[in-house]
Amino acid sequence: MIRIENLSKSFTLHNQGGAVIPVMGGASLTVNSGECVGLTGQSGAGKSTLMRMVYGNYLTAGGRLMVGDTDVATAEPRQIIALRRHTLGYVSQFLRVVPRVPTLDVVAAPLLALGPPADQARDRAAQLLQRLNIPDRLWTLSPTTFSGGEQQRVNIARGFAHAYPALLLDEPTASLDAANREVVLTLIEEAKARGAAILGIFHDEGARARVCDRLVDVTGFTPKAAA
Amino acid sequence: MTLHTSITATPLLRVEGLTKRYGPRIGCADVSFDLYPGEVLGIVGESGSGKSTLLSCLAGHQRADLGRIAYDGREVLAMSETERRRLGRTDWAFVHQNPRDGLRMGVSAGGNVGERLMAVGARHYGDIRGKAVDWLGRVEIAADRVDDRPSAFSGGMQQRLQIARNLVTGPRLVFMDEPTGGLDVSVQARLLDLLRGLVRDLGLSVIIVTHDLAVVRLLAHRLMVMKSGRVVEQGLTDQVLDDPQHAYTQLLVSSVLQV
Repeated sequence: MIRIENLSKSFTLHNQGGAVIPVMGGASLTVNSGECVGLTGQSGAGKSTLMRMVYGNYLTAGGRLMVGDTDVATAEPRQIIALRRHTLGYVSQFLRVVPRVPTLDVVAAPLLALGPPADQARDRAAQLLQRLNIPDRLWTLSPTTFSGGEQQRVNIARGFAHAYPALLLDEPTASLDAANREVVLTLIEEAKARGAAILGIFHDEGARARVCDRLVDVTGFTPKAAA
Repeated sequence: MTLHTSITATPLLRVEGLTKRYGPRIGCADVSFDLYPGEVLGIVGESGSGKSTLLSCLAGHQRADLGRIAYDGREVLAMSETERRRLGRTDWAFVHQNPRDGLRMGVSAGGNVGERLMAVGARHYGDIRGKAVDWLGRVEIAADRVDDRPSAFSGGMQQRLQIARNLVTGPRLVFMDEPTGGLDVSVQARLLDLLRGLVRDLGLSVIIVTHDLAVVRLLAHRLMVMKSGRVVEQGLTDQVLDDPQHAYTQLLVSSVLQV
């Protein structure tokens, strides 16, 4: 489902003397349907950068980056928009929402964008919020005022609202208590069981051991020092 | 795959090499892009970057010197004034930064909305009033304010009224010039939420000019960055903001104060 071949990336800092910083080279990996692959490597090794490239959030300097039959490395913006709407989900570490939108609608938004009946989308959102232990008295409030852990759970609920065939998870269990961590791990297992291809970053070793079928160390994708 | 069925093959608006000069000065130069149904395109840049000139050339408020604009397969710059005006009343809408520029201040809220319907041929008073009240409701203006004049409204309400007046005729393409400028942050948030819902539910295509990067991040699918009348970078909104390629965009993004 996700196939990365010889991917490279560099940043050019025009306002800092035009410094070119190569951050990745020769990155290759695959994630099959129903499989969860964990990215490992020290902080700064490029795990999040690789995830962002897969999502189309960072541009790619070279290589192929197939998600389904879309090459994210060369796709037009609108192809990536369609990919994100239908095929590729992303649970980032931070919740970014329009202020004042109720939590229930924030979670239902990915489904509403696909056009099913609104009440069906909200039922699914309510079900996820319930599982993730967000009390229903909070559903009509905007999540912008929630605690870090609550925001993280709202973010997860939103990421799992639609049954994406491919899913990117950036530290989904960080800042969660044991009970909620268990819920998230179960959601990941359910997604795998329905055939989702998952690429994730898990600092939580127990979580990694439980849901990941394989690990890929991104340290191997660090470009050889030019200097 | 289901993915491709939802991608419409033909753009609603196709712009090629659009150029506008003011004497020796460049208003905007060599601007090209496609806009597809349901897409929101943000245009950012500092004052004087040409973004408002571009918007007014696209909307036909100013005449471009060079280039092509094709709307739904029709050459806009080759149209007669009558044809273009009809397009402006039916398929297109323009939301001004200052609601006073887009509203008739001496006419009631209901009249402001109803007037647009009459301009496209509606004649039945009951239908017009019913539709006006419905649209006021959609932009969260209470039905008991329908007979009040916009001058009695707050800035945020005036802006929502302007949006209702513009959308009541069911346009497919909406131009917006700093629609959230000059509003309080909390009022802005409400307006953003409203616009997002309308875009999604009505399948609108929108071109929005703003200098507020937070607004485009939340509203626009794609982003175009302008400097000195030219487009220096364009792409997916979050990609342009998070991985800017051009020196000017990098400066623009890094200059935003974090809150």
